[in-house]
Amino acid sequence: MIFDSMNEWLSKAGYFSLTLLIVTIYGLFVGALIERIIAKVQGRIGIPYSQPFINILKNFFKRTAISHGIMFYLGPVFRIAGGIGTLAFIPVIYGNEMFSNFSTAGDLFLVIYFMFFGQLGMALGAGESGHPYSAIGIARGLSQMTAYEVPFALAVISIVIQYDTLSLTEIVAAQQGGWQNWTVITNWVATLAAMLALLGMTGYSPFDIFLAPQEIPIGPPTEFHSAYLSLLQTNRALFGATKLILFMNLFFGGATGWGELMIKTFLIYMVAIIVGVAFPRFRVDQAIRFFFKIPTLIGVMSIIYAQMLLTA
Amino acid sequence: MKNSLNTDDTLENSGLTEEEQLLFSNARPRAYEPYPIKAVEDFANWARANSLWILAFGTGCGAIELRPLMTARFDANRFGVAGRPTPRQSSVFIIGGYASVKTLKRIIRSYEQMQGPKFVICLGICPINGGMYFDSYNTINQFDQYIPVDLYATGCMPRPEALVASIMALQKKIKAGECDGANRYVENFDWYKANQKKVIKNWDMPDYNW
Repeated sequence: MIFDSMNEWLSKAGYFSLTLLIVTIYGLFVGALIERIIAKVQGRIGIPYSQPFINILKNFFKRTAISHGIMFYLGPVFRIAGGIGTLAFIPVIYGNEMFSNFSTAGDLFLVIYFMFFGQLGMALGAGESGHPYSAIGIARGLSQMTAYEVPFALAVISIVIQYDTLSLTEIVAAQQGGWQNWTVITNWVATLAAMLALLGMTGYSPFDIFLAPQEIPIGPPTEFHSAYLSLLQTNRALFGATKLILFMNLFFGGATGWGELMIKTFLIYMVAIIVGVAFPRFRVDQAIRFFFKIPTLIGVMSIIYAQMLLTA
Repeated sequence: MKNSLNTDDTLENSGLTEEEQLLFSNARPRAYEPYPIKAVEDFANWARANSLWILAFGTGCGAIELRPLMTARFDANRFGVAGRPTPRQSSVFIIGGYASVKTLKRIIRSYEQMQGPKFVICLGICPINGGMYFDSYNTINQFDQYIPVDLYATGCMPRPEALVASIMALQKKIKAGECDGANRYVENFDWYKANQKKVIKNWDMPDYNW
């Protein structure tokens, strides 16, 4: 038994719901902020900060919704289950019992599994919609995901070798005591590989071919509308923020408060945005070749680097 | 207002072959009443008005006026306007000028696939009375006989400023709860269908595109 009593489990679940709420709202807010920053780059004013919230409400208040079958219903549900599951096993605030979630019950591999889970569920759901553009979007998305998961997995293995643990809490604990202890300094090779993988994960240019807003109508979610879409939009914010929190925990020393968390995750996100506004889009074959070449090579080097660090 | 959905109240789908009829739904569309609590409906209308997703389907020459909306000069994103490439997710259909009979067929398909409540803005003089194409053999003269229209922005062509103004006017109408085009379409479904089938000779799609 992980939990001693029902009461402990209940209070954990309550705290987790609170974390979930904060992270989702933060994800939506930071999404609007990023949109505004991109708009400023293009010389526009951009959307109001409340726009993501209004969009979700609007879709929720749609009067009609049609279905393409059971899996079509389950697609968004699996997607958000993946988002919630990923967050559930990540310690959001280090050293805070309230916001450490269920990190004692699962480890890094479980988190990575959950990151896959949502994508695959979405692929099944969008597949049942029967729209050809959905199928194209899924094929592109999954192949790109396979490609960027390689450098990311190599970077994670490198970190596991370095800290000799799979527990996220212990990985964060090992990085405490100043910025010189962060993984970005102690194992910068792995961080580089993972940050390149992050570019693919966030889905901004040059790796946004699977969403391709104009060519294949926004890719996998083409047929999703009304409440399904508002679920997907909620998940997009939640999952986006969760990935950033995971990166912050793995490479940038975690956070001991919400303020630190927000600053760090925002700066990590800005890496993807700066690359995104500066570079045009890759074709999917180019994206896959890119990930299999340089980032994968850096990932392999990071494992050697970590091994040398250990033996040194 | 409610459209009773009994079993014999289905659509014929006579434009389809027997094999194709099995592939498409033959159910009639249904009208939806607003939420019983007025505050909830007002709140929903406020959200609908501030998040207008335009279907990226340029049906005529006026679609060229839609492009500048997203640029730095007009920046319609400020009003919650965004382009959507798929009819399932969009809520505003901007008819960009004249509609030829061939395009009307695609307009109907796209409009019916949009999820309600949905709004239609007609751009330019052509959808009102045919404009300079009034005596053309293949151009629709009076557009609102085929699809319910919420708003007209006249001119040939109206400039993007006029389009922004009409979007803001549409927002006002939505907030006041006056935009119920989707329900009007369902209530007068047979009349709209008869009009549509009168001009579209090669009707080879289901009677309602679910």
